[in-house]
Amino acid sequence: MIRKFFQFNWKRKAAEATISSSTILPNKRILASAGPESSVVAAAAPPTPVTTASNGMDSEDDFMSAVSSEDDILPDDDSDNDDMSDAEDFDFDDEPDPDLGMHKDISDSKKAPFDISFKVYQPSDIQRQQDELINEVNMILDISKEEAAILLRHFRWNKERLIEDYMDSPSRVLEAAGLSQTTAGPLKREVIPGFVCDICCNEEEGLQSFSIKCGHRYCVNCYSYYLSQKIAEEGEAARIQCPADGCSLIIDARSLEILVAPELKKRYHALLNQTYVEDKETLKWCPAPDCQNAIECPVKKKDLDKVVPTVACLCSHRFCFGCREDDHQPAPCELVKRWLKKCKDDSETANWISANTKECPKCNSTIEKNGGCNHMTCRKCKHEFCWMCMGLWSEHGTSWYNCNRFEEKSGLEARDAQAKSRVSLERYLHYYNRYANHSQSARLDKDIYHKTEKKMVQLQKESGMSWIEVQYLNSASQALQTCRQTLMWTYAFAFYLSRNNLTEIFEENQKDLEMAVEGLSEMFEKPVTELADAKLKVVIMDKTSYCNKRRIILLNDTADNLANG
Amino acid sequence: MTAQFAAKRLGKELQKINNSLPPGIELVSADNFEEWLLDIRVLDNNPLYRGHTYRLKFKFASSYPIEPPEVVFVKLADRLIPIHPHIYSNGIICLDLLSSQGWSPVQNVESVCMSLQSMLTGNTKDERPPGDEEFVRANRLRPKDIDFFYHDNNV
Ligand SMILES: [Zn+2]
Ligand SMILES: [Zn+2]
Ligand SMILES: [Zn+2]
Ligand SMILES: [Zn+2]
Ligand SMILES: [Zn+2]
Ligand SMILES: [Zn+2]
Repeated sequence: MIRKFFQFNWKRKAAEATISSSTILPNKRILASAGPESSVVAAAAPPTPVTTASNGMDSEDDFMSAVSSEDDILPDDDSDNDDMSDAEDFDFDDEPDPDLGMHKDISDSKKAPFDISFKVYQPSDIQRQQDELINEVNMILDISKEEAAILLRHFRWNKERLIEDYMDSPSRVLEAAGLSQTTAGPLKREVIPGFVCDICCNEEEGLQSFSIKCGHRYCVNCYSYYLSQKIAEEGEAARIQCPADGCSLIIDARSLEILVAPELKKRYHALLNQTYVEDKETLKWCPAPDCQNAIECPVKKKDLDKVVPTVACLCSHRFCFGCREDDHQPAPCELVKRWLKKCKDDSETANWISANTKECPKCNSTIEKNGGCNHMTCRKCKHEFCWMCMGLWSEHGTSWYNCNRFEEKSGLEARDAQAKSRVSLERYLHYYNRYANHSQSARLDKDIYHKTEKKMVQLQKESGMSWIEVQYLNSASQALQTCRQTLMWTYAFAFYLSRNNLTEIFEENQKDLEMAVEGLSEMFEKPVTELADAKLKVVIMDKTSYCNKRRIILLNDTADNLANG
Repeated sequence: MTAQFAAKRLGKELQKINNSLPPGIELVSADNFEEWLLDIRVLDNNPLYRGHTYRLKFKFASSYPIEPPEVVFVKLADRLIPIHPHIYSNGIICLDLLSSQGWSPVQNVESVCMSLQSMLTGNTKDERPPGDEEFVRANRLRPKDIDFFYHDNNV
């Protein structure tokens, strides 16, 4: 059996509408300098971008052409499934009504191939995990908790490797991690007769001083100033060294406790938590502003071409664990990166060209229009034509500023040729415009969400419906946002997709989702008074559930093919 | 922490400097606890620097010596910027010792001067850092805000 997979052709980028600004800007400048009188503006320019004969399969550039074995698909064993249900439930904890469309669909789809198991950790969880590891190492290696913490950080929290290496050679491990081997009594502030602080040069009697195991001793004042500078100004925590020149001993948490003010201790521990999350490949911070949660997800970097690991934080923010961008299913991270870059590079150029330039119907030079008149004369070949219909100017007779000949033959042919020479740019714009429209709508959907909350309150007041009874609106609004986000990314996805038998299925799915989303979106334009109608409620719930279903079908099909392809 | 912290320490340093300084290092001015000027010269016969004296400007923040001072070479009619693969032609010095990471609060003005002195003494390369021209043209940052990559601490 021959399996067909998704094929992406990145190469298209090079061949297709890559119009460098240099081909445009010189014209722009020339044209801008033309006086207001010059109604006919046409400029010679380098030939128009070459149209690609979309060949579809650039084997070296194909993104997901390697066929992988089943084993490469994400681990999905039973223990993970538990985690997953936990995680999925977070979003819907507020919804006790099991009949709500969203909830039902999600529970039905728990085994969906695009679903990823993940866990959300709050700051206290993150602290507890570290404490547990520290306690274990503390007991196994018989070293202090502070030292265990420093060792674990040095080994990037790989407990097994730490213990193995330590058993092998404790002294080597201790030295590499910035720990001393001498055992000293508990560290404390001390007054030592005749002591002079090398930092502030203070030598007064009764001066309190401190040192860690290396014995480099400084006054408590200087020591704590040094630490606060490191923590507050330089954001350091895990690897603050002794102030002495060339001493690489690490200052541990207990010494810090003795020396710094409470606010700084908080900051210090927050920084330590940060390094813990950053050190572990399976942990990432939720990128939502003000959110302090971290997500654990087992997805490996190398698998990001086969799976799009969308996760949802407790704060309700949905993002991709791979790249921390907003949820971009079904498009894989690499595609998203390319697409966003392309949009940044091209959108200005492409939109500008599309709106303000055309190619001369005779010689294909790029021509820019900068005034109201439709009579164009090509600078290069002197061809005269009409901007509106692209037809021969000589056929226009006396209708100087108005073109009413859109259907005339010469114009039709010229527009046809124009269309062909622009097909690649048009192709990009086709996908870009849809992507951009949905991106715009997604922002409006967020407003809808806030309005929905108000509507729900109003509805409870006016119709006497209970809080639970109006939750269907919340579910509908959530579904709208999630589905719209997916829909938006299907256009970037489709742009890179080569045509094969799977493209049709994909486009079919895309169309269905598009219609479902628009159908649901319309519902939010209804006035509150109508919403109280029991029939409309059923319609909305149906549309919500249908929308979610279409999204899941699309994601399932896509994920299957990505995983296989 | 107030400026007194830096002032107290700098006062002690000045006392010591006024008593004695190692050969090749001279205090030019120390009128306040914000900016000092010192001259240094090499003691051997290194042809790159023989017969020249170089002017150093130290600027101290209120957090000195917890934070490093800002140290640059200054160009005057009779003072050039020494040629060295870690010294830009605008006088900015790329030295680990002067960064927050490489600095230790037990360092002081005298020890910095000595380090720079030996940095010159040990150098045989008649060249500026790579990208000097561009850096000098484009850089608007204070030395402490520049992320130098300390590619070679032995020079
Ligand atoms: Zn002190
Ligand atoms: Zn030490
Ligand atoms: Zn969050
Ligand atoms: Zn991603
Ligand atoms: Zn022409
Ligand atoms: Zn016309």
